[in-house]
Amino acid sequence: MEQLSRRRFLKISAATVGAGAVGSQVPVVSSLAMGSKPPAGKVETIPTYCEMCFWKCGGIAHIRDGKLWKFEGNPLDPMSKGRLCPRGTAAPGTHNDPDRISKPLIRTGERGKEEFKAVTWGEALDYVAERMKKIAAEHGPESIALWKHGTGSRFFEHVMRAYGCINKGAPSFAQCRGPRDIGYLLTYGTGLGSPEPTDIANTKCLVLIGTHLGENMHNTQVQEFAQAVANKATIIVVDPRYSVAASKAKYWLPVKPGTDMALILAWCNVLVAEGLYDKEFVAKHGHGFDKFAAAIKDSTPEWAEAETGIPAATIRATAREMAIARPAALVHPGRRVNWYGDDAQRGRATALLNALLGNWGRKGGLFIQAGMKVAGYPFPKFPEATKPKADNPDHKWPFADEEVTTGLREATITGKPYPIKGWVVYASNLNHTLPNEKETIEAINKLDLLVVVDTHPAEITGYADVVLPDTMFLERHDDFYVGWGRQGWAAIRQPVIAPPGEQKPAWWMAKELANRLGVGQYMPFKDMDEYLAARCEKSGIDYAKFRKEGVVMGPKDPITVEEGAGIAFDTPSGKVEFYSEQLAKAGFDPVPKYTAPEAAPAGFFRLVTGRAPVHTFSRTQTNLLLRDLMKENEVWVNAETAAKAGLKHGQYVKLKNQDGVVSNRVKVKATQRIRPDTLYMVYGFGHTSRLLKSAYLMGASAAQLNTRYKVDPLMGGTSIHQNFVTFEKEA
Amino acid sequence: MPRFGMVIDTLKCVGCMDCVVACQTENDVPQGYCRDWIVTETRGAFPNLTLEIRSERCNHCDNPPCVTCCPTGASHVEDFGRTVQVTANQCIGCKACLAACPYGARFVHPDGYADKCTFCLHRVKEGKDPACVSVCPTHCMAFGDLDDPKSEVSRLLASRKYHTLLPEAGTKPRVFYLT
Repeated sequence: MEQLSRRRFLKISAATVGAGAVGSQVPVVSSLAMGSKPPAGKVETIPTYCEMCFWKCGGIAHIRDGKLWKFEGNPLDPMSKGRLCPRGTAAPGTHNDPDRISKPLIRTGERGKEEFKAVTWGEALDYVAERMKKIAAEHGPESIALWKHGTGSRFFEHVMRAYGCINKGAPSFAQCRGPRDIGYLLTYGTGLGSPEPTDIANTKCLVLIGTHLGENMHNTQVQEFAQAVANKATIIVVDPRYSVAASKAKYWLPVKPGTDMALILAWCNVLVAEGLYDKEFVAKHGHGFDKFAAAIKDSTPEWAEAETGIPAATIRATAREMAIARPAALVHPGRRVNWYGDDAQRGRATALLNALLGNWGRKGGLFIQAGMKVAGYPFPKFPEATKPKADNPDHKWPFADEEVTTGLREATITGKPYPIKGWVVYASNLNHTLPNEKETIEAINKLDLLVVVDTHPAEITGYADVVLPDTMFLERHDDFYVGWGRQGWAAIRQPVIAPPGEQKPAWWMAKELANRLGVGQYMPFKDMDEYLAARCEKSGIDYAKFRKEGVVMGPKDPITVEEGAGIAFDTPSGKVEFYSEQLAKAGFDPVPKYTAPEAAPAGFFRLVTGRAPVHTFSRTQTNLLLRDLMKENEVWVNAETAAKAGLKHGQYVKLKNQDGVVSNRVKVKATQRIRPDTLYMVYGFGHTSRLLKSAYLMGASAAQLNTRYKVDPLMGGTSIHQNFVTFEKEA
Repeated sequence: MPRFGMVIDTLKCVGCMDCVVACQTENDVPQGYCRDWIVTETRGAFPNLTLEIRSERCNHCDNPPCVTCCPTGASHVEDFGRTVQVTANQCIGCKACLAACPYGARFVHPDGYADKCTFCLHRVKEGKDPACVSVCPTHCMAFGDLDDPKSEVSRLLASRKYHTLLPEAGTKPRVFYLT
């Protein structure tokens, strides 16, 4: 992360001297005021929920003299609790971003060349509808697939499903939280979803294993993390990098990348061998515990020390810390956990460790999520699907409970089980999101139609036949966000400011498309106001009040055993499955097993990735406010490793992976804060789209280097830490 | 009359820079400038490390060199809260205050005057916290009257270890960092 240090600050000041000298404008200040004019003008406030990331915090937009001034947290909202993260606060920087797509575009040059002509909305939508009809006539509507991320895709999904497009893919499953959710589903009978039911605020011992809260700005969890720090909870952080969270921890375990499973099993081993686990919980709710205990008998701390590099004594000490605090001890389940291709089992291992701590439904552990009901809109029934989905033929990944993106990509490449000829891509930069860009481009080249709907250009946009400019979240209606948490709630998304160009909201595009595809009856409402009001009326919610306050709270239900909540497990045995018969039956390990990661070739280093608090994926690099805080990423290199390689802090270097793929240049951060055998980069940078003028070739893309990925045999998750890289110095 | 100060808990701060963005939007800070910023200080060698993350800004010093050096009186100590402020239309942009400030807290606004953190006095007058304090997701900042022993800032300083920046400069800074 770039620091706005005093030095940089002075540099900024120095740069100003010129501007000040040239600038002939004499400052006119009306009042005897402070440095800059204090904000003045007529201010109007409108609540709406944020979509700078997927956390969906409630905020309040401030419009001053008709212009967007600032975006603050909504105190009534349980996600933001009145405080947004830097990306939410920087939402005006996205609204005002000059790199946004402002007009509908149709491709004029070769795919990937980013050559377009601006067209009218009518032309663009006619073009899309005609191509979709042609594909449907030739191959069936199943041959058009939707790729999606975020709330705005909701009506595209709806209209496409009405037209018979059953195929879809969301990278949030196989490229993010999927492995964890499947691990928990197999163990507890439920995935965890978003936001995770982690009672960080009340925990006495918090274990973060590969979770870098604070850099990873999941707002509510970061707020609670700070509370846990203030409460003097015992914090244990497992990370090859001295993360911000690690700096707050009592124990930092700089684990060798890829060996988490050995550490988790050794922790389980200590809890079982020393009789420290929650025997009452296990006896009452556990299934197959004896077989589990037998399976992990040899996973001793001494064994794990050799694999992980963490001293056996530290493994024992940290396991005992968890035991002392249980049930108010919490192993964070993680979120973006697609790392080495065996991640569902790793997710399951953390689920079992939590089970040994007996923290399910307990204060300071994993609480029982509460929700609220908001009635749906009375849509007509969708037509029956006549073909199975194409992404997971013959249940190749038997435990995938959502669509597998790379499976859909593979179907597009091979034409099997049937051809996929059209993609509609909503806010998913697939070139960065999916592993191995080459395969993505290969799939794109098989398409008769590629539509990209987005606020900003991205690498994927350059390949599109049609680009439909979306409004950013402050400029549009969307469906309600009905959340699950400590208390159910619903939040409203409503426009607070007009878009700067010809951008249109996704629901409008979907409705227009529905009319052109002959499925207009599936979008029977005039506009979103009518749709949202109808849902409210059916639910007994005061829509006018909802619009004014932004949030409606659901009933207050008990969420912990302490509060009187009951716990039940929707697994085959009806219990927490320490031993999983369904995994055994499918030919997988019924108790998670450790597989040693591949060793790095000589001269190569493991590349791991993570997030910065000021950016979301590859979506915010041109945000006017955020780009100033971090305009490029850095490659973190251990200071001794850097010295040996002859690299100086701050110099540019390129990274080359085992397949010879070379990154864009990236600045070296020579630091003590990382293991000597590991490199780290924040992902989302290294844009190669020229349309992203202020982010073009700034930093390096970790995704670009992810050519050797492994696929999780349980659920199709793809790894992103499987690559090794070496340095290529600039000439 | 209160004497305003700020107390920032470095143990809670995660360095997310939300305070920087909130200040920029609240105060219409021009593109490319900031009135507050984050400094991360790493000590030790792998794997025995410590990290201090600080949200820094004008320290509104009790003994402000930027005020004493100002040839026009634009830089002054405001009665309300004893804060250091700049009267923009008295400032000639000579940059003496930029040179005098040991914290690099000032810059010349494109409109030609010295600019810096105001402790969001316009908000404080309305009974609100400064923008950086009220936005912080970690609740790591407190703002208030240092002369009131019952204020949150006074209670924090009475109960916790803290340091200030460059105390040897003799400026008597009023932003305190809890450790």
